[in-house]
Amino acid sequence: MTTLVYDGSFEGLMTAVFEVFEYRYGVARIIGEENHQHHAFFDEVHHVSTDNSKADRVIQKLETGLGRSGVRQLLLVYLSERQDAGDLILAAVRQSVKNPGADILQNFGDSDIMEIAKICKSMSREIHRLHAFVRFEELEDGMFFAKVEPDFNVLPVGFRFFKDRYADQKWMIYDLKRQFGIMYDLKDTTFFYPDAGQLDRLRNPDNLYSEREKKYQKLWQRYFTKTNITERKNMKLHTQHVPKRYWKYLTEKG
Amino acid sequence: MNFERIQEKLEILADAAKYDVSCSSSGGNRKNKGGLGDSHASGICHTYTEDGRCVSLLKILLTNHCIYDCAYCVSRKTNDVKRAAFTVEEVVDLTISFYRRNYIEGLFLSSGIFKDSDTTMERLVRVAKKLRLEHNFNGYIHLKSIPGASDELMKEAGLYADRLSINIEIPTEKGLKLLAPDKSHSEMIKPMSFVKNELILYKEEKKIFRKVPRFAPAGQSTQMIVGATNETDLKIIKVADHFYQNFNLKRVYYSGYVPVLEDSRLPSIHSQVPMQRENRLYQADWLMRFYGFEASEILDPEQPFLDLEVDPKLAWALRHREQFPVNINTASREMILRVPGIGTKSAGKILMARKFQKLGMDQLRKMGVAVNRTKYFVEFESSNVFSKFIDDQNLRKILLSGMSSKYQNPFSQQLTLF
Ligand code: SF4
Repeated sequence: MTTLVYDGSFEGLMTAVFEVFEYRYGVARIIGEENHQHHAFFDEVHHVSTDNSKADRVIQKLETGLGRSGVRQLLLVYLSERQDAGDLILAAVRQSVKNPGADILQNFGDSDIMEIAKICKSMSREIHRLHAFVRFEELEDGMFFAKVEPDFNVLPVGFRFFKDRYADQKWMIYDLKRQFGIMYDLKDTTFFYPDAGQLDRLRNPDNLYSEREKKYQKLWQRYFTKTNITERKNMKLHTQHVPKRYWKYLTEKG
Repeated sequence: MNFERIQEKLEILADAAKYDVSCSSSGGNRKNKGGLGDSHASGICHTYTEDGRCVSLLKILLTNHCIYDCAYCVSRKTNDVKRAAFTVEEVVDLTISFYRRNYIEGLFLSSGIFKDSDTTMERLVRVAKKLRLEHNFNGYIHLKSIPGASDELMKEAGLYADRLSINIEIPTEKGLKLLAPDKSHSEMIKPMSFVKNELILYKEEKKIFRKVPRFAPAGQSTQMIVGATNETDLKIIKVADHFYQNFNLKRVYYSGYVPVLEDSRLPSIHSQVPMQRENRLYQADWLMRFYGFEASEILDPEQPFLDLEVDPKLAWALRHREQFPVNINTASREMILRVPGIGTKSAGKILMARKFQKLGMDQLRKMGVAVNRTKYFVEFESSNVFSKFIDDQNLRKILLSGMSSKYQNPFSQQLTLF
């Protein structure tokens, strides 16, 4: 069996898929650098160097076979950061090549495809939670800033929502876990990767708040308390909908 | 702005509005062209109250001053509570500020009736208009129409709001007379049929002129209080069905009566909120809206109340065993939807997946079907040992013992009921 090791990028992964076919590997695994351990030393290891043109060809081929939504699903699998993401994607691509014209991502009786469907479902849930639980805080310069820490890497697919919705305000969402953010300047969105000094301020922006920020937060907290019907209190249901790990970023829980 | 004063008003007017259970912000379809906000077909619950209800809108009253005296309402004239009133600007500012921070999908504005119906309605409309025209706000706006408001105001409301609603509150005319002596059934129906007709008109005009101003794109809804008077579930479902059929309602909400007031006409202040009953009514409602059930299939005069132990779909299946087992690989969509434990999503998956291969129990489980219930009602190409139970007298018991009674939230947007 051959193990293809790629650099962790989506293009790298797609290049690896290309090379499985290019070199006609029979049984193969695709694994990201960060997950590759050398315990499998008896494997044949193939280091992939990312090649955008190869990646593009795979993506285009997939688009014709599975449509844009199919490619998006595979992208979600990649962003799930699961160790076996590469293997599942390879399995799907192989099925797609074997069954031209069929939307093999609907073959829910197949265990790899069902696994992909499951991953997409939990990714969508996490994207939905990103949209729901982002809490912007207004900074002195008028920027609306939010910190997030999603379970999977959903910001790259989830940020569009904020661009559509908050077209007339500057905003910035920062992923604490993965240490990158997305910034919107009333025109474009850009990824940013803060240096150590910036990072510190992003973690503790307290003294950057606008004067009224705390007041609106207080209003929201009071609203949250007052809109509750105590006679119907049901904390089990509550935490089922708002898992505790999100609480620290929720203004109403402050 | 005086934040302390605003906070006090917000506390009073959120507290008074919380008994309105309508929460959804779905069905809107406003795009954002450079302004603030948009509304999508399916709204977002941004948080949940400790009672487990979704919060997607800033739900407040404009004022809790009211000239009426409805027995079930905390804002009624004779109730001794603190009163407050927001200005139009204050509501607008709260909405925008909360929206910018991604707390909410929009505004749900209701009001006690101060002075008269039209004065009140006009003020509500003014809030919506200001949000749309002066602040370029495209988030969701739900206005509670005031019974007795004039057609002109209703028409204007529909131009700026995404959804309009009038709460029926009490499902029968008799009950309404008893508990809300100042309100008349016909006064409540009138704006509803006006909105319905406007919606139809809009559709017609849209075919001819491309640029007709939109009218309440998310339609209208209503709410009924359950358990304040002694109507049956059958009656409630029939009323709901009537509204769905004749008024093009998008949603009917059911709100288990929360005893807040001492009144001889009402259940005692110590009575329990009928949560389970309310939950079953939502399930019945879903059967009518998404599962192709007729109201008359769910309950009949011999059995006018929903079974509290089992959900209405399972109850139907137990009463109609002759329809089962259903063959998963060949049955129609209609029948697959009637199998207990299979929801609309898994039904869709089954229909797609069976084009590729024959399905068995294992695949159903992986698709997320509640097989502990489903297994008794289905058959496959390969044999299913459980399907013989369908004729067993004790099937109900067997099912009940296998079900953990997990209570599901009837308000949840992400309701997965069956
Ligand atoms: S009219 Fe509305 S606000 Fe006034 S008492 Fe009746 S239900 Fe309450």
